[in-house]
Amino acid sequence: MSSSATDPRLAGAGPPKRPLRLSWSDERVRGIVWQVLVVGIVLFIGWWLWSNTVHNLEVRRIATGFGFLDREAGLPIGESLIPYEPTDTYLTALTVGVLNTLKVAIIGIVLATILGTVVGIARLSKNWLLSKIAGFYVEVIRDLPLLLQLLFWYTILQALPGPRQAINPIEGVFLSNRGMKLPFIEWTAAHWWALLAMVAGIGLTVLYARVMRARQYADGQPRKVWPAAIALILGLPLAVWAAFGAPFTPDIPALRGFNFRGGITVSPEFFALLIGLVTYTAGFIAEVVRAGILSVSQGQWEAAEALGMRRGEILRKIVMPQALRVIIPPLTSNYLNLTKNSSLAVAIGYQDIVSIANTTLNQTGQAIEGIAIIMLVYLTISLSISLFMNWYNSKIALVER
Amino acid sequence: MSDIAAGGVPAPAPGAASRRAPIITTGPVAWVRANLFNNWLSTAVTLLLAYLIVRWTLGFIDWAFVNAVWSVPIVNGQAQTAACREIKGVGACWAVVTEKHRFILFGTYPFDEHWRPALVCLLFVALYVVSAMRRFWSWVLVPIWIGTLTLIGVLMWGGILGLTYVPQERWGGLPITLILATFGLAFAFPLAVLVALGRRSRLPAIKMLCILYVELIRGVPLISLLFMASVMFPLFLPEGMNIDKLLRAQVAMILFAAAYLAEVVRGGLQALPKGQYEAADALGLSYWQKTGFIILPQALRLVIPPLVNTFIGFFKDTSLVLIIGIFDLLTAGKTAIVEPAWQGFGVEVYVTIGVIYLVFCFAMSKYSQDLERDLNAHRRR
Amino acid sequence: MGETMEAPVASAMRTDAPPAIRLEGVNKWFGALHVLRDINMTVATGERVVVCGPSGSGKSTMIRCINRLEQHQEGRIVVDNIELSDDLRSLDAIRREVGMVFQSFNLFPHLTVLENCTLAPIWVRRMPKKEAEALAMEYLERVRIPEQAAKYPGQLSGGQQQRVAIARALCMKPKIMLFDEPTSALDPEMIKEVLDTMVMLAGTGMTMICVTHEMGFARQVADRVVFMDRGEIVESGEPEAIFSNPQTDRLKLFLSQILRGH
Ligand SMILES: Nc1ncnc2c1ncn2[C@@H]1O[C@H](COP(=O)(O)OP(=O)(O)OP(=O)(O)O)[C@@H](O)[C@H]1O
Ligand SMILES: [Mg+2]
Repeated sequence: MSSSATDPRLAGAGPPKRPLRLSWSDERVRGIVWQVLVVGIVLFIGWWLWSNTVHNLEVRRIATGFGFLDREAGLPIGESLIPYEPTDTYLTALTVGVLNTLKVAIIGIVLATILGTVVGIARLSKNWLLSKIAGFYVEVIRDLPLLLQLLFWYTILQALPGPRQAINPIEGVFLSNRGMKLPFIEWTAAHWWALLAMVAGIGLTVLYARVMRARQYADGQPRKVWPAAIALILGLPLAVWAAFGAPFTPDIPALRGFNFRGGITVSPEFFALLIGLVTYTAGFIAEVVRAGILSVSQGQWEAAEALGMRRGEILRKIVMPQALRVIIPPLTSNYLNLTKNSSLAVAIGYQDIVSIANTTLNQTGQAIEGIAIIMLVYLTISLSISLFMNWYNSKIALVER
Repeated sequence: MSDIAAGGVPAPAPGAASRRAPIITTGPVAWVRANLFNNWLSTAVTLLLAYLIVRWTLGFIDWAFVNAVWSVPIVNGQAQTAACREIKGVGACWAVVTEKHRFILFGTYPFDEHWRPALVCLLFVALYVVSAMRRFWSWVLVPIWIGTLTLIGVLMWGGILGLTYVPQERWGGLPITLILATFGLAFAFPLAVLVALGRRSRLPAIKMLCILYVELIRGVPLISLLFMASVMFPLFLPEGMNIDKLLRAQVAMILFAAAYLAEVVRGGLQALPKGQYEAADALGLSYWQKTGFIILPQALRLVIPPLVNTFIGFFKDTSLVLIIGIFDLLTAGKTAIVEPAWQGFGVEVYVTIGVIYLVFCFAMSKYSQDLERDLNAHRRR
Repeated sequence: MGETMEAPVASAMRTDAPPAIRLEGVNKWFGALHVLRDINMTVATGERVVVCGPSGSGKSTMIRCINRLEQHQEGRIVVDNIELSDDLRSLDAIRREVGMVFQSFNLFPHLTVLENCTLAPIWVRRMPKKEAEALAMEYLERVRIPEQAAKYPGQLSGGQQQRVAIARALCMKPKIMLFDEPTSALDPEMIKEVLDTMVMLAGTGMTMICVTHEMGFARQVADRVVFMDRGEIVESGEPEAIFSNPQTDRLKLFLSQILRGH
């Protein structure tokens, strides 16, 4: 592994090579031998496992391949984002599983980021009590296995009273061992249009802010963006909604017989999984945020203050851009961890991809295919998150020497 | 005020008598003002938090101690849990722990032989303590580990030295957790070092293999590897050859841990100044001499704190074997409350198990923090 | 200290105008540590004061009190006729009048040199961007690094960074400039380029307070040298008088140490 031959600095200036030293070609031969050896061993093990597997499958008369995906699944799924019946195919069932994984991962990532940031900042608070409590939370939550926490939350949710004695903290919200019931509205086309209008409003706000920034650059006078932002983001959807006749039929859950009707349901499984994932990951994100903020030196605050900038402005324009650079890479790996940890759903019966693939492979005996599907799904998700975060990170990266 | 570092002038300043700081800047009152009641917002937060803490602490004390039931009568081998059901929600039923603690700790290991897994747990703890002491950070650790792990195997299995033989199917509880974690580390670590070296190798085929391995494993959840171990692994082996489930899970955990540890070790290898590599080359050492004598000892030292953090994560992750039905601490706890009499007392059991995990993980994380501070102080010289 | 004495810069001190800075009986504690003791000092408009003294004597703390990076606990500080108080408006006003240069530069690493200089004029002084950029280029030219405008601070040498920091402070058009050991983090050859910049600045009639141990600079530029020790002002006077005829033992000792040190 000598670098004397490859390192141009040494090659250029160095004295003539000592004859005893292994020559370049020897080094290369050695390298090739090593590689052939290692690759050979790996290939041999792979081949051995493969031939065993093929043989075992033959003996057990298991047909390989993904043909089973078209068969009727016959497995009931409690919650689904797309219409699903047990008579649908395995492919549909697995799709439901993927969507359920994505659902809990995305909601979890958003909530964990918010909670983690709040706790991380609280840990830096000048208020001694607040910072100590935040520190305690972070220490304890990170030292308990996530699976234990999930089982704990699930047990607590299951120990809630039945629907008839449901806890009713706020009007229309019911907590029982069947999950959480929340009031909602009857969703119509008008609401979709209003939602679309809100997205458009956000886009327009960004545009508007840019125009206003350009104007400020031109004459120096700062302009308020928030009145227009409120009008665009809230007013526009409201107007669209009103234009469609302002349909509004509240859908409030109510007890009918032994269970609730109406409203939207958050199942105890989803709820437990979400609480567990969010509180656990937030503990790690809090540390990331804290380290990121601490990485910006006090001198940056002082220099900006000496220039007359206000604290909020300093945070936005000076500190955050620098802290984010430190925060993003570990934050990404925490997002990935949350997504992978959502696979623990199987332990409490939330039907994510792992749970459904597991049932599938038990029903069909297609172990290899089932596990391959699980791995493929997670590899795809992992890769997408890393690619996105890498892109974002390179956008905000800092130029240095 | 002699602590102002003056340029060695002995005489106290004439004229300006050293005055006491106004009370607002020192003393407990000042501390409380500055740290709890700095402004109205801070005051509000303090009062709110103090109120919540007091309320919750009192509530917890009521639940965990005042209203708790510590034991219940046993009639005909059946626990009479009526007393517990009565206080459900207002008081803890520690009776379930009193009754089941042996089962939770040692699973179905023969009752009369429980001293053996208990001793094993102590041995594990002793092994951790010794490994944590910096005095032993050398090759001495290798024989110590091999010796202790062998002794642990002998104690668990028995069959020699007058110990009765206990088949592996009957092991359970805390020893399984410690075995999975410790044996996992003992094998994952050397593998991780090799993979980390491979990933920095100049040889493209080896480098690619290592990258592939690390990225694949880190891209999928541990559960999928455990499923692989439990349902797919039997297909991999030649007919007739059978490896028991614990060992299969152990292999999966090793492969998993090695990928993460390899990344940490690689960080250390990268952080090492280039000069060290060049100096080793200049001495004419071979690759393995260079790596073993110069590079690894330094690189590993650099990453001890993150290594410990990875260990903690791995220790917690061993609980995932619950999902494939291996009898570790958490599984034992979950099984203990399956019995109809004890159904519904999961919270008490999980709190107890949580405390056990907390003790282990907190000790490790405290250790890693102290170590980090020490090493940094050392490095800053 | 061996450099040849350069021509002194003519004083722009105006005794007729109201003083730029007035400290009256200022006291400050860090916890129980008494860092500033009864500081009384008046700096006239256009006056250039050099502050020196042993490490830990409270020099930084004093000038940081002047733009309220630190808060004093007793006494009054009046800057440009505005008394420092908890009032945010007076704080804003003072921060605009007073520029500061730090020992460790404190440039914003995520902004280019030009952006470093235009940030505060645009957002605090509400200058149009074009104008702010023109102003920044003008000052970058004065500190003789206009060609670095598009680079990031991390790509510059220490001396260049400190000159950018000076330009950045000047872009706010302050009436008073504070320097806290601007050269002590620099290599000798870079010290000169920064000192030259400061001498140039002195030539423009700016009110300046410099914490520095550069005796040559003090002789050339200072109207007055203030010697601090243990949180109090021990001696102050014209540079010649202070350096060649120290009155107190403490100053004698300090001077002997600093001369030996160099
Ligand atoms: N934020 C702070 N908290 C507590 N003590 C402080 C703080 N800042 C400074 N001090 C203390 O106040 C005293 C004066 O510090 P100051 O920085 O003003 O000294 P200095 O004269 O600038 O020294 P140097 O030449 O080393 O920069 C020192 O003893 C220092 O330890
Ligand atoms: Mg200082």
